[in-house]
Amino acid sequence: MNGSVPPFAIFFAGALLVPLCRGWLRSALLLLIPLLSALQLWGMEEGVSWSISILTYTLTLSRVDTLSLLFGYLFHLAALLAIIFSLHVRDTGQQVVGLLYAGSALGVVFAGDLITLFVFWELLAITSVFLIWARRTPQALAAGFRYLIIQVFSGVLLLAGTLLHLSQTGSLAFDYLGLSGPASWLIFLAFGIKCAFPFLHNWLTDSYPEATPTGSVFLCAFTTKVAIYSLARAFPGTEMLIYIGAAMTCFPIFYAVIENDLRRVLGYSMINQLGFMVCGIGLGSALAINGAVSHAFNDVIFKGLLFMSMGAVLHMTGRIKGSDLGGLYKTMPITTVFCIVGACSISAFPLFSGFVSKSMVMSAALEEGHGWIWLALLFASAGVFHHAGIKIPFFAFFAQDAGIRVKEPPLNMLIAMGLAAGLCIFIGVYPWLLYSWLPAPVEYIPYEATHVIAQLQLLFFAALAFCWLKLSGLYPPELHSVNIDAEWVYRRLGLRAVQAALMTGTYLRTELRKRIQQGTVVSRITRNWHPQTVRWLSHTWPAGSMVLWAVGLLGLILLSYYIR
Amino acid sequence: MKEQPGFLDKAESVKKLLRVFYAICIGVLLFDLVYHRHVAHPWENLWGFYALFGFIACTVLVLAAKEMRKVVMRKEDYYER
Repeated sequence: MNGSVPPFAIFFAGALLVPLCRGWLRSALLLLIPLLSALQLWGMEEGVSWSISILTYTLTLSRVDTLSLLFGYLFHLAALLAIIFSLHVRDTGQQVVGLLYAGSALGVVFAGDLITLFVFWELLAITSVFLIWARRTPQALAAGFRYLIIQVFSGVLLLAGTLLHLSQTGSLAFDYLGLSGPASWLIFLAFGIKCAFPFLHNWLTDSYPEATPTGSVFLCAFTTKVAIYSLARAFPGTEMLIYIGAAMTCFPIFYAVIENDLRRVLGYSMINQLGFMVCGIGLGSALAINGAVSHAFNDVIFKGLLFMSMGAVLHMTGRIKGSDLGGLYKTMPITTVFCIVGACSISAFPLFSGFVSKSMVMSAALEEGHGWIWLALLFASAGVFHHAGIKIPFFAFFAQDAGIRVKEPPLNMLIAMGLAAGLCIFIGVYPWLLYSWLPAPVEYIPYEATHVIAQLQLLFFAALAFCWLKLSGLYPPELHSVNIDAEWVYRRLGLRAVQAALMTGTYLRTELRKRIQQGTVVSRITRNWHPQTVRWLSHTWPAGSMVLWAVGLLGLILLSYYIR
Repeated sequence: MKEQPGFLDKAESVKKLLRVFYAICIGVLLFDLVYHRHVAHPWENLWGFYALFGFIACTVLVLAAKEMRKVVMRKEDYYER
């Protein structure tokens, strides 16, 4: 039997019900929604359903295949973890928006046509921005607006590309597109913005650190993974993605090393992880696509876990800057352990989840003969261990004792982190379950001596470098600062340009007023405009004549349609 | 009541931990003597390639990022001004 409702429907319906109940009933409902929805998804068979005809077009709300199913399960898991993590929050707005946001992500993943994709694409943007604004600080408000403008712009590009594609091919199907003309380029760019391609990436590092502690856990799971899914669907094997992906793995890690806000460090490290996936999609072989998709799966869990642990730190201490934290392991030992599990997973330590997926992309790069790309990915692997694997836990929980003595976070936060940590280890130890869900059959063996030894050597000596730099005092200290990135173009240059334009406007106005007072301008104008000189321009016209003109024009347009 | 110093507050225990860590580093490096890795990229033939690469990559990363600060670092309220 195919599901009785489209996959996103239960989340949307739940979002309507949540404000109607309170207390434990609301908590129970919040937990029940992803579970019920997952159960429904479990019963769905591959194929297309929920097709709606509008005019001459058919919109498909539910297209189920291996790729959409995998992301579907993933998003249910992510939603469940994020909901558990935010159960203590007493903010109806955030709870409703979180459900709508997760539902929109499901809408994208199961969309069978580009119009449905566009609708949910924009819903993702509109719903998620409230998770940023819910922080209720001036910085969050401003960052939220920037986020919204960029995300909506991505949607506009997607719509433009879709319409162009429709007029050229007559098809709305959301399948393989490939880079083959302006329409596909527009769609590619729309995906690229959401996927945080280089120079288009700053919305992520700008907004995620400004969201609420629980909001960023929702945010990190959906938007970018939806973009990965869309790229894997429409542009697998596009060579340019290999280079874009490699660039994404390498440049953010430099920023991550010198960034002070630990959630922003995670933002940069997120772009680095997305780079591995983008690279895998670009390589396009079965192994590479499997690697990209499974890494997306693992990333949602371990990045979620890291955002949860930093959210817990922010929730308990009110601080998130590396320079203001330290020594928290004494009073938050459980959170520390969970954070370290997440750190080991993102660093791809053997027996943790990152190891079984990231290596597939790297092996694929070598198999396809991209030696330099492989070296870049290897550099990024060492780098990610450095900033996400060591820096995050070190500066938050160890380092210099900042004298903060807070308790462990609320139980629901600990449970969510515990579940995520358990999954990280489970997938790392027993990857076959995840492998069996992947789009192509998996012949890859992660636990092979060469591979394990190479990875251990890489990671331990990367850690040794950290020790050496830290002990010798070469390591750059955590400083209160802002690092200029591509966003400078609109946050500084653009702003200054607008300010300059406004000032020029003011200058011109005052100049004009001065001239008028001097009489030079007035005498020229009154020649044609003064009521006493009866010229054509100075007549007063009745409003009726305006209407007549408008009717006439509209009639003309109508006529032109008949003639054509 | 005075707080007990944490385990990592004692220089002695940090030293012990580091010693264990150095031992592990040497241990994983020595694997290259006894085990011949499968090689797909010519650079991998180099003895201790991964260890060397990991160490150099991280050092370059950190020192380059430190230099980068001179160009990109601004005061925290840079964009608000």
